[in-house]
Amino acid sequence: MAEHRLLTKDFGTEGLQTLAVYERLGGYQGLREAFQRFTPETLVDEVKTSGLRGRGGAGFPTGMKWGFLPKDVFPRYLCCNADESEPGCFKDRKLIDENPHQLIEGLLIAAYALQVNIAFIYIRGEYFDQRLLLERCVEEARAAGHIGNDIHGSGFSCDVIVHGGAGAYICGEETALIDSLEGYRGQPRLKPPFPAIKGLYGKPTVVNNVETLSNLPHIVQRGGAWFKSIGTEKSAGTRLFCCSGHINRPGTYEMAMGTPIRELLEEECGGMWKDRSLKAFQPGGGSMQVLLPQHLDLALDMDAVQQAGSSLGAGAMVFMDETTCMVNVSMRLVDFYHHESCGKCAPCREGTYFESDLMHRLEAGACTSEELNTLADICDNMNGKCFCPLGDTATWFVMSAYKAFRDEFEAHCGAGSCPVRSGTAQLVTA
Amino acid sequence: MLGAATRKEITALRDRYPHPRSAILPCLWAVQNEQGFLTVEGMTEVAEILHLVPSEVQAVSTFYSMYFQKPAGAHHVLICVNVSCALRGADDIVGHVERRLACPSGGTTADGAFTWESTVECLGACGGAPAMQVDHHFHENLTPDTVDALLDRLRSVPGAHAGAGATPSGPHPPTAETPPLATAEGPPAGAAPPTERAETPGPRTGTTANPRGPRSRPRRRPRPSPDDL
Ligand SMILES: Cc1cc2nc3c(=O)[nH]c(=O)nc-3n(C[C@H](O)[C@H](O)[C@H](O)COP(=O)(O)O)c2cc1C
Ligand code: SF4
Ligand code: FES
Repeated sequence: MAEHRLLTKDFGTEGLQTLAVYERLGGYQGLREAFQRFTPETLVDEVKTSGLRGRGGAGFPTGMKWGFLPKDVFPRYLCCNADESEPGCFKDRKLIDENPHQLIEGLLIAAYALQVNIAFIYIRGEYFDQRLLLERCVEEARAAGHIGNDIHGSGFSCDVIVHGGAGAYICGEETALIDSLEGYRGQPRLKPPFPAIKGLYGKPTVVNNVETLSNLPHIVQRGGAWFKSIGTEKSAGTRLFCCSGHINRPGTYEMAMGTPIRELLEEECGGMWKDRSLKAFQPGGGSMQVLLPQHLDLALDMDAVQQAGSSLGAGAMVFMDETTCMVNVSMRLVDFYHHESCGKCAPCREGTYFESDLMHRLEAGACTSEELNTLADICDNMNGKCFCPLGDTATWFVMSAYKAFRDEFEAHCGAGSCPVRSGTAQLVTA
Repeated sequence: MLGAATRKEITALRDRYPHPRSAILPCLWAVQNEQGFLTVEGMTEVAEILHLVPSEVQAVSTFYSMYFQKPAGAHHVLICVNVSCALRGADDIVGHVERRLACPSGGTTADGAFTWESTVECLGACGGAPAMQVDHHFHENLTPDTVDALLDRLRSVPGAHAGAGATPSGPHPPTAETPPLATAEGPPAGAAPPTERAETPGPRTGTTANPRGPRSRPRRRPRPSPDDL
């Protein structure tokens, strides 16, 4: 079982970014069929049947999320979350770059199911060319009657607005995204009320990831039951895995859920580079806990990876070879969270600062071993005590690395420089 | 005063949303496109068109890292140093660019051609690591040679200022009136030299009374010197 191509099946077709080519390959049929074969209610049920789970990180069942919208409260809003900034993650960019109309079609199908008349695509500021591309595609789709009033005679009207961010990871968090879209500093809001009840402009709002929405045209055309038959019992369908780090062929690979991680590494990614061996890897992006070579036989399945103490998160896989310094990697991730903390709550705002300060000194070999306890203490004061998951996740990698590579952390203490880089460390991993 | 075209764009953006305030971010982009950075006057005009007070617009602008609060070079170079890029040699690229452009991360070159910075913000190009963005366009699988070739080519391309991205809209501010900044945070060239300031946190020997260590915020973090990389 190699790559299982569903979302990526047409990737690489010349001109796929234009409406003409997309339609020639069957594009926007899903939207037409949605109007013909489904009412909004039965469409929500079909998505429930499909077992589709959110691809943005949390893996929440999409149909269930849609079902939370209160009846008879209008207007409602739909936001596509294209703020992808998780370290190691680049699938949403790929999906937009290669097949933007697939996303727009999915967005319109979701809008129909939810009876939304204005749908937003919130795209991160760094994806500048991608924003221009989406804007062009939205205009193309509008001109062809896929967007606008009374779409294809269905009586359903929907407008799509592409909204560019300006460089803030936290705006990927759904309530912060809503704040940002309303024109405020993008800081998370207290939940409950959940966005499904009170979101954008105080109205019921659904936020879905790019990949989640891109699945919808396929689910409509081929049926929820068919979709459910791909992958595993609890993780239906395929996922795009963003593979990077010390591998021979970095890139995005679409795999059916349930495939062993080893297969992804050895067959798709071409194994570790320079004939080196794997030291550790991170499934799910910068936020998630480190896993070790013995975990390679785990299935790419949200629950299996969760049981091993990590998470598939947003589907990023960062592989690190034997020469990697785990303290250095931890330092960069901690720096990232320090940089991206929105400053709303103290445990995260202050905690990431102290964490980052300590990690920099540890990396330079200027910490005492007592300070490692301080590090654990800081993390303990953050994990589970922050206002939003960013603060919690800022501790996950470093704590899991500390557990698995304790010798390496200790070897840095008082070493005066990085012992891994200078090759003086005799390291045994747990 | 913003140009008529920009004012028109801002008005159109305002009318695109159910609530005018939602247009702040795109309007700030429009200001930066025209002026090269967010001028106080530009933000005041945005506030006026969106029926807000100027401080609200300014407060929003400082949250987002891609807006320039001060003039920048003609081209903006952003190099990712997050994990995936670091694993494939981003630090070498950063060291190389630092030497080539002869100014620290966050600074503008003396000729005003480049503002560059290294960032921990993953750019979403990890599959092509090490990666950078120049004027919002991706450049991946970098080597010192490809970076050199690109910088040489860009030096001869005038016009596009960093805020403008794909569509250059005229020459950029670093002219006689707005001299480029010599250092990351220092005053403009020609002003009084900055007073010495500890760049690195002082040595921390022994334990302090506070088990969490001193609570003072160190200044900017030291960047590893190229020899360490
Ligand atoms: C700090 C933080 C950052 C996030 N960043 C993103 C992101 O960049 N893209 C994304 O789709 N979801 C992101 N999420 C998850 C969203 O909050 C939300 O769960 C998701 O967009 C829901 O879409 P889904 O149900 O389709 O997965 C982030 C969450 C947190 C806490
Ligand atoms: S945990 Fe961090 S990012 Fe989240 S609200 Fe608190 S300060 Fe902001
Ligand atoms: S880590 Fe550099 S682009 Fe993602």
